[in-house]
Amino acid sequence: MDLKRTVKFEADRDPEFARWISHTVGGERIRHCLQCGLCSASCPLSLHMDYTPRRLMHLSREGFKEEVLSSAAIWLCTACYACMVECPKKINITHLMYALKERAIQEKFYPKRFPIPVMAQQFSRMVRESGRITESWLIVRVFLRSAIWRLLGMSGLGWKLFLTGRMPARKEKIKRKSEIRTLLASVAATRKELAL
Amino acid sequence: MKYAYYPGCSLRGTGRAYEESLLAVFRALDVAIQELNDWNCCGATTYLSIDELTSYALAARNLALAARDRLDIIAPCAACYLVLNKTQRYIHDYPDIKLVVTRALDAIGLKYDDRVRVRHPLDIFLNEIGVKAIASRVTRSLKGLKVAPYYGCQIVRPYATFDDQRNPTSMDRLLEACGAEIIPYSLKTRCCGGSQKGTLPEVGLYLINYLVEEAQMNGADVIATVCPLCQFNLECFQKEASSEQNPLSTPVLYFTQLMALALGASSATIGLRRSLVKIEPVLEAKEIAYA
Amino acid sequence: MPDTRRPTNGSDTDGIRIGVYVCHCGTNIAGTVDVKAISEYAATLPGVVVARTYKYMCSDPGQALIQQDIRDLRLNRIVVASCSPLLHEPTFRRALDRVGLNPFLLQMVNIREHVSWVHLDKPAATAKTNDLVRGAVRRVARHKPLQKRRVPINPSVLVVGGGIAGIHAALTLADAGKHVYLVEREPTIGGHMAKFDKTFPTLDCAACILTPKMTAVGSHPLITLWTYSEVLKVSGYVGNYRVQVRRKPRYIIEDLCLGCQECITACVYKEGKTRDEFNLGLSKRKPVYLPFPQAVPQKVVIDPETCIEFKSGKCKKTCIEACGERKAIDFKQKESLEEIEVGTIILATGFTTFNAARNAYYGYGRYPNVYTSLEVERLINASGPTSGELVLRDGTRPKAVGIIHCVGSRDANTNRWCSKVCCMYSLKLAHLIKERTGADIFNFYIDMRTPGKGYEEFYDRLLDEGVHFVRGRVAEVTEWAAHPSEKGKLIIRAEDTLAAFVRRIPVDMVVLSVGLEPQPDAQAVRRLFNISCSNEGWFLERHPKLAPVSTFTEGVYIAGACQGPKDIPDTVAQAGAAAAEALALVDAQFVELEPYTAFISEEECSGCKSCIPLCPYQAISFVEEKKKATINEVLCKGCGTCVAGCPSGSIQQNFFEDEEIFDEIEGVLAYA
Repeated sequence: MDLKRTVKFEADRDPEFARWISHTVGGERIRHCLQCGLCSASCPLSLHMDYTPRRLMHLSREGFKEEVLSSAAIWLCTACYACMVECPKKINITHLMYALKERAIQEKFYPKRFPIPVMAQQFSRMVRESGRITESWLIVRVFLRSAIWRLLGMSGLGWKLFLTGRMPARKEKIKRKSEIRTLLASVAATRKELAL
Repeated sequence: MKYAYYPGCSLRGTGRAYEESLLAVFRALDVAIQELNDWNCCGATTYLSIDELTSYALAARNLALAARDRLDIIAPCAACYLVLNKTQRYIHDYPDIKLVVTRALDAIGLKYDDRVRVRHPLDIFLNEIGVKAIASRVTRSLKGLKVAPYYGCQIVRPYATFDDQRNPTSMDRLLEACGAEIIPYSLKTRCCGGSQKGTLPEVGLYLINYLVEEAQMNGADVIATVCPLCQFNLECFQKEASSEQNPLSTPVLYFTQLMALALGASSATIGLRRSLVKIEPVLEAKEIAYA
Repeated sequence: MPDTRRPTNGSDTDGIRIGVYVCHCGTNIAGTVDVKAISEYAATLPGVVVARTYKYMCSDPGQALIQQDIRDLRLNRIVVASCSPLLHEPTFRRALDRVGLNPFLLQMVNIREHVSWVHLDKPAATAKTNDLVRGAVRRVARHKPLQKRRVPINPSVLVVGGGIAGIHAALTLADAGKHVYLVEREPTIGGHMAKFDKTFPTLDCAACILTPKMTAVGSHPLITLWTYSEVLKVSGYVGNYRVQVRRKPRYIIEDLCLGCQECITACVYKEGKTRDEFNLGLSKRKPVYLPFPQAVPQKVVIDPETCIEFKSGKCKKTCIEACGERKAIDFKQKESLEEIEVGTIILATGFTTFNAARNAYYGYGRYPNVYTSLEVERLINASGPTSGELVLRDGTRPKAVGIIHCVGSRDANTNRWCSKVCCMYSLKLAHLIKERTGADIFNFYIDMRTPGKGYEEFYDRLLDEGVHFVRGRVAEVTEWAAHPSEKGKLIIRAEDTLAAFVRRIPVDMVVLSVGLEPQPDAQAVRRLFNISCSNEGWFLERHPKLAPVSTFTEGVYIAGACQGPKDIPDTVAQAGAAAAEALALVDAQFVELEPYTAFISEEECSGCKSCIPLCPYQAISFVEEKKKATINEVLCKGCGTCVAGCPSGSIQQNFFEDEEIFDEIEGVLAYA
């Protein structure tokens, strides 16, 4: 029998995290969450989650940062918005999931080589470089950095897609690539200036 | 009325058949379009996980480009449709976001204009052209073809700008105008898992399994989709997702492919050769010409 | 000259003599305002004979101070600088009245809510008070002695709505000896309560406790019961309302019909083909029908939309034949208009239930075995469409039933409020369904709200009966089976929040506990009676805590669910309260009206008629002979619109005349 202390002391809470989630875009109404569970019930992925969306809402607003950012649930969310559509308090749950993903990536709260944040990072890098993504190269880059054996497993499918013309090797890019860099630099500068 | 056509990255890759058939339908219905000049990736759902402000700025570049050409945007990819709409809403609702985006666009010589409308082809076909006009141009009726209409998430949630959020029927009506029979499909707005199949396979497969199985068990000859990722998920993993009792083998086509077929487009543009689960046997059985 | 302005005493013959009284209000005012300095300053103002301070001016000794000065110093104008007039203006007015000074020769200055409670800087607060007192002193010099008006009250009462609220109010008033008109839109009284099977928490049979009261109404000599009737027009004012009631034709002569129902049996329709509204469409009725067996009045109705005689004129009319010598059927009957005069009105128009089809994910209207709670009440009711058998559409008994709470309540997407009764009736239905069918019952709730007397104990009782309680708002009711055991059932998907995982529960029947909503025509009705609705559409009470049954329109009261969702005990309590308040008004025999009315100076009126359409209370009329407008003081509510709108400035308002207002402004600004 593996016994764990599950009493939570106030010292276990992170008030900054709680404050952050209430003030981030989409978190304005998080205090209104009734914990009715409709979000978890309508979520097609909740059956796989360690903490259902409802629990994540409550844990977040109470400041239990560890539990929230290390949960698998925030990665399972596919942003299908089913939770938000019916939420009786109109809480922007999907957006909060995005915010939690963002923060987890920033603070590196995920296992190394976990495909989802790797995918997110490679995606954004590709956009920064070329302005568009090329699916074939994205898949290669993601799996090279996370689960290389799966790449081999998918080679059959990859070949079929290549044959039907759905996996072109040519890299997609925009003409005025420098505009992307300028855009991103401006966002970074404004963000710094406004301390957003 | 001319539109700016925004294909999005997927339509050049796995969603090639979507673009081919969509352009064919535009031609058949005399919808004037021009590809949005030098469009960039909208960021899809992924960029929002990295940095939302950058995501809005990237998406807004496309909106600004369309504004400069004074055209509304047609975005066939459901993810692009959602991201562009969402960007407009959030810029409108949050002054901080508006400030960041306006400055970023300014830095590259563009101006944000909230008058650009972002529309989905379903919206254009249904509301600008109308089912009557479409029905009158059908040359190869899809009579006898049973279609399960799969809308997925992103064109109905959270912004249902042209259809009912909980019970959408726009695709139903368009395909019926082409002669097809729409079968009841209660999972039509249930998420397909998006990119989960790639990153967390067991999760993805579970979702794909019941989506295809339910359509198959209700007698569908084909599942019609509006999103490249949904189409990819539902079509390309049927063997893996099958259970012992119910092997899955249902063709999954873009609704534009079915429309292009009905409107008499050439077989190259319908893009049937791009499918991995072939529909030709069903078409032959129902005596629907496709060549 | 308007009655309100007739002088009572020659109080100004000595010139204006003002007394200024500054209250400490303990430390409430004195803590921030230097009250001594104020009174010293006030004493220097023109017209001021005396200025005093006192710790609590509103107390008996405080008032005595003022009264003594009025007598001894022959004061004829009083300024009291203290708290808000909303609190003590009546107090000080009464004090003046008791020593023979016209109560309207008082001006209050609010130096508590407007000064000491909102400022911290003592010198600044004191300076501000000086300005306000100076303004008041100048204003009060212009006050005229005004008179309240009295109008007699008609003792008859109109009760609109014949549900339990209307019934109880009508009986209370009639038993007190007043004549009551009870107007009900449906062909029978009884309201929603007549549809219920049992009532919580005692499980009393609804009809058993309701029908005696219905019969009492039908046979009471002082109640004029008009069913199948609607109020068309209301005019007048408190104590003197004139109401026009439209009586719809039943095509039955009420006095001759015995309620034997032979006409229904004899009708050419062998069986009913029309949706039976009382049974919510779960059964069909014929064109001639009795709404339900215990209807009051026990008279049948003919529905012209479905009766063949009306549609084609060529029916065999077997009904007339069956009626025989009673000759109670009259196809030529026309609607009639009745004009009545009453003194007070009680609105008891009730509620409607949330349209469950609006929650698309629950499948109402799509899946045949999804019912609303009201439909299930009819099913389990012994006089309902299935004689009390709870069966599915195919006639079989359900083995598992899911009851979903909060449908159309506590939801930003539909209605934000909690409908108060659904938790209790859901528990009641759980108990009754289990009793009748032995099925497995699952109640899906978010909070269990059981606030009334005996309610929590009722919940305790349910907990012993083996009903499953799952705390989680249901996301969807679906036919899609994720597991072979779910095939053919309706699956309810909810998160069991207390267990912290999602559950899928297959049932045969789903009951949606629909919330309560205002009637769809609530806005039209409230305009008829000149009252307001709250944001959500319920009739607005005068004060949510202290005046729940009166409205801002004097003489019009509200009772029951039309004021907000509530259960039967609260409804009956409100009905009694409304009847009592109406009785209080009626027994006072006359009502006193505040004199803040507007009046027109005949000499200055140009007869342009601009004011007439401006009045929201239709109080202004045009006198043709004189070509001038005139204001009915009794109808005027003193809103001031006509005063502001009159192009020639010939309309003034008592207590707010131009010179009074300008002098106050000049007084306040005089520091500059």
